[in-house]
Amino acid sequence: MTRLSNTFARLKKEGRAAFVPFITAGDPDMDTSFAILEKLPAAGADVIELGLPFTDPMADGPAVQAASVRALAAGCTTAKVLKLIEKFRKADKTTPIVLMGYYNNVHAYGTARFVKDVAHSGVDGLIIVDLPMEEDEVLRVPAKAQGVDLIRFVTPTTDDARLKRIVADASGYLYYVSVAGVTGTKSVPEEEVRAAITRIRAATDLPCTVGFGIRTPEQAAAIASIADGVVVGSAIVSRVADNIAHGKERVVAEVLELSRSLAGSTHAARHGKVPA
Amino acid sequence: MNQIPNSLRSSPDASGHFGAYGGRFVAETLMPLVLSLETAYEAAKKDPSFQAELSGLLKHYVGRESPLYFAERLTEHLGGAKIYLKREDLNHTGAHKINNCLGQILLARRMGKTRIIAETGAGQHGVATATVAARFGLPCTVYMGEVDMERQKPNVFRMRLLGAEVKGVSSGSRTLKDATNEALRDWVANVHDTFYIIGSVVGPHPYPALVRDFQAVIGAETRAQMLDREKRLPDLVVACVGGGSNAAGMFHAFLDDSGVEIHGVEAAGDGVNTPRHAATISKGTPGVLHGARSYLLQDADGQILEAHSISAGLDYPGIGPEHSWLKDIGRVKYHSVTDQESLDAFMMLSKLEGIIPALEPAHAIAHVSKIAGQMKKDQVIVVCLSGRGDKDIFSVAEKLGEKL
Ligand SMILES: Cc1ncc(COP(=O)(O)O)c(C=O)c1O
Repeated sequence: MTRLSNTFARLKKEGRAAFVPFITAGDPDMDTSFAILEKLPAAGADVIELGLPFTDPMADGPAVQAASVRALAAGCTTAKVLKLIEKFRKADKTTPIVLMGYYNNVHAYGTARFVKDVAHSGVDGLIIVDLPMEEDEVLRVPAKAQGVDLIRFVTPTTDDARLKRIVADASGYLYYVSVAGVTGTKSVPEEEVRAAITRIRAATDLPCTVGFGIRTPEQAAAIASIADGVVVGSAIVSRVADNIAHGKERVVAEVLELSRSLAGSTHAARHGKVPA
Repeated sequence: MNQIPNSLRSSPDASGHFGAYGGRFVAETLMPLVLSLETAYEAAKKDPSFQAELSGLLKHYVGRESPLYFAERLTEHLGGAKIYLKREDLNHTGAHKINNCLGQILLARRMGKTRIIAETGAGQHGVATATVAARFGLPCTVYMGEVDMERQKPNVFRMRLLGAEVKGVSSGSRTLKDATNEALRDWVANVHDTFYIIGSVVGPHPYPALVRDFQAVIGAETRAQMLDREKRLPDLVVACVGGGSNAAGMFHAFLDDSGVEIHGVEAAGDGVNTPRHAATISKGTPGVLHGARSYLLQDADGQILEAHSISAGLDYPGIGPEHSWLKDIGRVKYHSVTDQESLDAFMMLSKLEGIIPALEPAHAIAHVSKIAGQMKKDQVIVVCLSGRGDKDIFSVAEKLGEKL
């Protein structure tokens, strides 16, 4: 059992969905980012998605782009992100961390060295936005050998034939992108997500989280009743942006406050049974 | 995969790789689109009615074939090899970009897409896209970095006259790379009705192959014209390289002619030993950006560096994957030319031949001016004159300290 499979098994038993906050590593700086990361589990995070900043985040909207810009301006590097995770992992042995980013940073680090170093620092999964199944073997196979899952996407444009091939080599969980678009720009369409999750459940037993377009506790609750996990990103990193002028303590407090409220509604929603 | 095929003209392979380069590094949302584009393109290639419609438009709308012009005074001035110019500057809209845009908009129509988007650097691709969108009555949005909008003002106005919406991009270096990011973001949000007309041999497979194929008319004509005029092939073929589409189109016909030397010319900005240049092949390392693995200007962490060139069309930190492969196997030699050298060549060609070149091909002319004199008088060079310089007169005037 991995930390990811343990977490999803436990949540399933408890009959609730995972709350999965996304923050960009090093945003607005390394220390503040650690202060947030460290307290996210207590604020209700079941799994944490940690963004690896990139200069050219093609699949992200303005909020997450701005988070990358802030982190890079403050000197964030891949090595520092791995140290951040290592420090987190010393104190927290159970909350899975999934590192999310773009392939060029992995490629530049060297794929073999990258999977070894992320596994060593305590990363449980990788989400590489621009690595579709046609290209992911180079990373998926060596990552798996280190016990790290490469999380695959399913989207509104994925048809049944493709879905079948995606789930065939998938592990950890699936990430359903609720809208065709970049992060943080459209609202999650609940009925379409329900239909999609039904379709995905028919194809696999893997847990399925939903992200892109979930901003409010109400939306989180609605998705929590359908899916195995609720990912919130843009709303959280926007909270960082909105509070920077008020100081770092305020940034940490506001992000945790929002996380608690999103986690609360995610956890309170009845995990409705979707017919297989 | 890394074996060199019998013909250098048969790449990419079925999964879109040129040796170790290329591929399809895009978000899952785009993947089904990219695959259906590939299917549509394969079918179109084999469809005589598609080819007939395209060649009709190239002839009657663009004005092809473009002349192969013997630059007599330039040849005399440089005192060596005979220099011919392939006059893509005489195409409708003033550059080679229109060859590709026509091919892609016909594909868009075949696929039932009703909205066109594009990125642009110099604005030539934006103008060519706006032109074909107007010609076929499709709404068109062009993304352009704010820096480029400033230095290529005439083209911004031209696009608006043609009915396109020009959206300024304020992220990153505010140039071509950022305009490409923004176009990709638009595409992923509008996959159902939108066709992305990419302007160079970059992006996920099949774009590098299909853009090359639509531009290959340049080299095919040149090769035939050369055989007709000189009864032989040229000794050297030269083109400037931004993303690499005019070069790929010119080179393709000559790749298997082992007696023909081929040079690509990159923008060296202030110089390749300064931080301000766009010499991706000369100074970059392999990485993944905008859907393909290729040479990139990047730091050790894989963060993309800003490129710099006086020429907006060459101001890009990446390059098409086919060029990366041609570099590695040694078939094409890549050189670079500074801003100042390209300006000198811009003036030289204007004064000697009465042809004001775009700043992009002025780089190719500058490279030729360095080597033609060392070649024999019976040797022949062909340069792709990819576009005309009207769009550049404001930035050149500024460099010369003149106010227009
Ligand atoms: C006249 C001209 N030549 C060359 C280029 C560079 O593009 P490519 O390398 O794709 O030919 C541009 C790009 O805008 C251009 O306008």
